[in-house]
Amino acid sequence: MGMTITEKIIANHAGVKKVSAGEVVWVDVDVLMTHDVCGPPTSAIFKREFGENAKVWDPDKIYVIPDHYIFTKDEHAKRNIEILRDFTRNQGIKHFYDPGTEFYRGVCHVTIGEDRIARPGQILIGTDSHTCTAGAFCTFATGVGNSDAAFVMGTGKLWLKVPETIKVSITGRLKHGVTAKDVILKIISDLGVNGATYKAIEFEGTVIENFSIEERMTLCNMVIEAGAKNGICVVDNKLNKYFDEKGISVDFHEKSDNDAVFCDVIEYTGEEFSSMIAMPHSPGNGRPAADNSDVLIDRAYIGSCTGGKTEDFVMAAEILINRQVKSETFAVPATTIVEQNIKNIRIQNKTVWDILIDAGVKTGQPSCAACLGGPEDTFGRVNEPLTVISTTNRNFPGRMGHKDAKIFLASPYTVAASAIKGKITDPVEFL
Amino acid sequence: MGNIYKGRVFILGDNIDTDQIIPAKFLVYDLEDSEEKKEYGRNALSGLPEKEYGDKPFVEEGAYKSEYSVIIAGENFGCGSSREHAPAALRISGVKFIVATNFARIFYRNCIDGGFLVPVESKQDLTKEFKTGDFAVIDVDRSVIQNINTSEEFELFDMGKSREIVDAGGLFKYARKMEMI
Ligand code: SF4
Repeated sequence: MGMTITEKIIANHAGVKKVSAGEVVWVDVDVLMTHDVCGPPTSAIFKREFGENAKVWDPDKIYVIPDHYIFTKDEHAKRNIEILRDFTRNQGIKHFYDPGTEFYRGVCHVTIGEDRIARPGQILIGTDSHTCTAGAFCTFATGVGNSDAAFVMGTGKLWLKVPETIKVSITGRLKHGVTAKDVILKIISDLGVNGATYKAIEFEGTVIENFSIEERMTLCNMVIEAGAKNGICVVDNKLNKYFDEKGISVDFHEKSDNDAVFCDVIEYTGEEFSSMIAMPHSPGNGRPAADNSDVLIDRAYIGSCTGGKTEDFVMAAEILINRQVKSETFAVPATTIVEQNIKNIRIQNKTVWDILIDAGVKTGQPSCAACLGGPEDTFGRVNEPLTVISTTNRNFPGRMGHKDAKIFLASPYTVAASAIKGKITDPVEFL
Repeated sequence: MGNIYKGRVFILGDNIDTDQIIPAKFLVYDLEDSEEKKEYGRNALSGLPEKEYGDKPFVEEGAYKSEYSVIIAGENFGCGSSREHAPAALRISGVKFIVATNFARIFYRNCIDGGFLVPVESKQDLTKEFKTGDFAVIDVDRSVIQNINTSEEFELFDMGKSREIVDAGGLFKYARKMEMI
């Protein structure tokens, strides 16, 4: 019996020829990523367990990327950054994206892509549930808590239960205006919010091949919303090129074996998908946007690791160009690089950034911002019980601030179209 | 882990995510500081929607601990963010066991690896078999939970491999016991 791609990566890192779903193995971790919310408690556990003067297992394999609570007056949030400054200095960790300096970047998962931190065939462990985003690079990438991360910090190792894999195959083509966000929202609502718990989701088919790397990131980013341990796309020419651009040659080209065991195979054709929204208060409440055009919205939000990447803003701008938003709209580029990109990319001679500004959109500084509520003074935070449409990934009660706010999740196209009309709108009429 | 545990039950529904367990704005407090740490106890489960849970607070106004030490919930308990502050907050508030039909993966790992509390899966949805305030007795060796108020007994799933880490008291203690670190 063969192995899935996820099993192969795990076996390679467990130092064995073969693993099968359900087995518990110890793996060697290639990269450990942490940020400002979980980094400080992780370093505290590390010191408590390994000793005040202990050294991390490999300072070059640890990436500290603060992004959550950056532009806030909150003293405790600032203290977290100080703790990380001290810790990285004392430990000789060079990969520290220090806020307030030229090294500051923004959302960790997007930075991981931009800097090609996670490579095909590697294992990336992060103290954030959306670490699974890096499955787009054919990395086994999964989120853990602080104790597990502290354990990795000290030993470079982690126990893993080898997940079963669900194969999601999407053939054919998507309709115009339908994006990876719509695809994953439908998949989550079909599987249910725990339909993939303890499992891997492997994506394949022409629709996946046609997706850009950023679209694949959006897809893998939200597999956690179906409970999955990781999502994964295999290496193809596009991914080779993505690494090649930065002078990195990819030497991992494995795929799942023909006789690999999948616990489920779900087949879609691209034409089945339409522009989706996830209704409050669950990412699993997906419905076609067109069926909900009577829902009035107070606010629109474009940002986060899911919907704040360069291409996400380009999509929004395609709709916002020469138009005005009716609902108050906030845009937060995920990283400083995204911000630079959208200040350079032009549509009909106008930069994406200027299109946003001219449409009446308020722009914030690169970070997670209101995606997870955060301190009260966070840009775009929902401090009242508003109805919001957002390109982010979660709409549980209180996620963006107020417990009684209603958050609808959607693609950048749908969010932009809805912002213009002041109500939920299928973007197709603007495209 | 003691093999038989008795405690007062608090009932929760499906898909209780980490924002409901501990809202993001409280994550700035230091878990290693004995004073600040109390904030996690005080605010545990403060993100629950008032409409559904408003009548019985999990932690009384002004208190730092809850009178409930067993949570019984439905599906997908602990979904959402990877924050270990969530099981830590429940532990600080006094919770010892969570019995749910199933758990989100990262939360489950965090409960066990951090040595915070014991997550056990029930074979059926128990949220209607207990009421908030009932007393439960959990027998880990026999994998059963009993409602003392009704004397009914229900089956739990065996914890499998996780039990070794739970019994050791968390991942670090386990690794020391196995002479890995
Ligand atoms: S952007 Fe949102 S989902 Fe992504 S890492 Fe930041 S808080 Fe988490």
